[in-house]
Amino acid sequence: MKFKTEIDITINKFIGKKGILIPLLQNAQDIEGYLSKDLMSYVSEKTGIKLAHIYGVATFYTMFRLKPQGKHIIRVCKGTACHVSDANSIMKEVNKQLDLTNEEDTTKDGKFTVMSVACLGCCSLAPVIMVGDNTHGRLTPDSIGKILKKYE
Amino acid sequence: MSLVIKVGLASCGLAAGAGEVFAAIKTHIKKNKIDVEVKETACIGMCFAEPLVEISREDQKSIIYGEVTPENIGNIIDAFTKGKPVEENVIISNILKGSENKTYKKQKRIVLRNCGVIDPISIDDYLGNDGYTALEKSLKEMSRVDIISDIKNSGLRGRGGAGFPTGLKWLFAYNAQNDKKYIVCNADEGDPGAFMDRSVLEGDPHSVIEGMIIGAYAIGADEGYIYCRAEYPLAIKHLNIAIEQATEKGYLGNNIFGSDFNFELHIKEGAGAFVCGEETALMASIEGKRGMPTIRPPFPAQSGLWGKPTNINNVETFANIAWIILNGASEYAKYGTDKSKGTKVFALAGKIKNSGLIEVPMGMPLKEVIYGVGGGMKTEKPFKGVQLGGPSGGCLPSELLDTIVDYDSINKTGAIMGSGGMVVMDTSTCMVDIAKFFLNFTQNESCGKCTFCRVGTKRMLEILIKISDGDGKMEDLDTLEELAHNIIKGSLCGLGQTAPNPVLTTLKYYRDEYIAHIKDKKCPAGVCTSLLKYEVIEDKCIGCTVCAMKCPVNCISGERKQVHKIDQDACIKCGACYDACKFNAIKKG
Repeated sequence: MKFKTEIDITINKFIGKKGILIPLLQNAQDIEGYLSKDLMSYVSEKTGIKLAHIYGVATFYTMFRLKPQGKHIIRVCKGTACHVSDANSIMKEVNKQLDLTNEEDTTKDGKFTVMSVACLGCCSLAPVIMVGDNTHGRLTPDSIGKILKKYE
Repeated sequence: MSLVIKVGLASCGLAAGAGEVFAAIKTHIKKNKIDVEVKETACIGMCFAEPLVEISREDQKSIIYGEVTPENIGNIIDAFTKGKPVEENVIISNILKGSENKTYKKQKRIVLRNCGVIDPISIDDYLGNDGYTALEKSLKEMSRVDIISDIKNSGLRGRGGAGFPTGLKWLFAYNAQNDKKYIVCNADEGDPGAFMDRSVLEGDPHSVIEGMIIGAYAIGADEGYIYCRAEYPLAIKHLNIAIEQATEKGYLGNNIFGSDFNFELHIKEGAGAFVCGEETALMASIEGKRGMPTIRPPFPAQSGLWGKPTNINNVETFANIAWIILNGASEYAKYGTDKSKGTKVFALAGKIKNSGLIEVPMGMPLKEVIYGVGGGMKTEKPFKGVQLGGPSGGCLPSELLDTIVDYDSINKTGAIMGSGGMVVMDTSTCMVDIAKFFLNFTQNESCGKCTFCRVGTKRMLEILIKISDGDGKMEDLDTLEELAHNIIKGSLCGLGQTAPNPVLTTLKYYRDEYIAHIKDKKCPAGVCTSLLKYEVIEDKCIGCTVCAMKCPVNCISGERKQVHKIDQDACIKCGACYDACKFNAIKKG
């Protein structure tokens, strides 16, 4: 764990309240970037929640990451509207630009992590990608390079 | 003459560059010292033309401009102040002839009454539009039973998709005997192709909160949760601001409007699991567990969150409540059909001209929604189908476009009303591919608890992949149907019970297309790559060599000024040659 002090503060904020596990893990992931084995064990030790339960939750929800993530997360929307507007070619282009082969992967320099998501809810601007908290719409494969440059 | 400029700054607008436009407006009016009030608003509804800017005069005369850019906005403002408005990029106007609002007239906006009108993060704007007066009326003039019977009489049914009568649901929770009760808002809008709830939460968060407070009072709950998708950061931000403001004004907290009613409201961010849209899974998730559904009964009204009586409604349902309390149940019941009252919000997307957010009275034929309100097809390609209800719904062909929008009529077709996603498809969409797309989604999102849902959807997906690869057999279609019916019977929750719908409806209405894939080894829409073949049309090829240069696997050969040839064995069917050829000399089929 890189940010033990911050993690301690977060855990203390939640202790004693009900239904804390998911928001606690979300906050911890925001701090550390991902949920490492050490981090989950530490949360278990501090909160008394069984490690098996924590691991079960962490692997159930798609937002939890068990591997280190890139600085920028690129979510390529694969919702219905994006699918019929050829989201596959957008995914191909993103991977080509970043020299990645798998659909869910992180670049070697640690700058970008690419993942596909079910729907970002910006269907009228399909196809859409989200980089960090910014949404980019009405894309064509040609427009990808320019967008990614903004996040170098 | 004082002017008001409103900029639509919801997710859609921001994605299209509304933030830059907003900044450009601020700079422009400051530089030129123009007397104008600049306001933020959320989704104006005409997402196809984002970024949208509305300029209005004191006398309510206004123009909404679409596809505004930081470059053209200065000119638009200047021309408007001089009384000679720019006539390009006009979407709707009550000044310029020929651009009156035709689609708006066909709509009835109850849920969206404030969306795109008010500044969503200003509680004063909401209060200025009758905000929280329904709550005041409920607490001061109505008994709990009065409220529940009003909602019952309005005929409002759950807008999350299943259509259970809201008043009845409230009555069950009211009747449950317990000191502690909860009210929950399901804002886990997971259907791909749907964005109604996002737009309401971003554009009018107080209306949802007010509906929840009234509901909490009616059933006797003192604590509530809004379970919102984490993929909607702006909606969560606006909800947080709204809760803070409502608490400050005393609409949340203790002794609301001087009564003995106390209510506390929290936001829970989802963590990405489609199954959490199912109410028992959603409650498990709020409790910090894996979001897996549980068997009913007991229903949440008896034993819900932490074992206490709980009432769960969807965002759109709650957004209706204040309007019904203020205007009366009978006024609401004037809209709609016999069994489906009121209005329904739809998110129009796909190959439709006016994609965006609309609200129409129940009972409108699909044809009128798509062609009248939605403006018809975006491209020259003809209509092929409309997908309703996301992964739980189905695709309907043009023969069924006379179907009216209400729960029962749509159910009869094999699709479902769902939460309101409507994705229009043209002939460039392959229906086998669409069925595969949805099955891939539900198969991924199945929580794994029920065997039929977990394994059955996987087997169905494998068959669909086989068919789209050209390896399907006719008996596969029977297997698909058999599996589908067993998955429906053998699944505990709505996810599994409806997962086969996209396959069943496409098999019912587009069976020829499946047969073309299996028997002719052809994909009529040209989508399934394994079945595609790219060929050079000899008469049209002038030998410019562009295709050969673009081909990533170097499988196109031919001398300059000679007809080229594609080596079919080496071709990876990427379509690069097809896109590159300026002479339409490459045939895809």
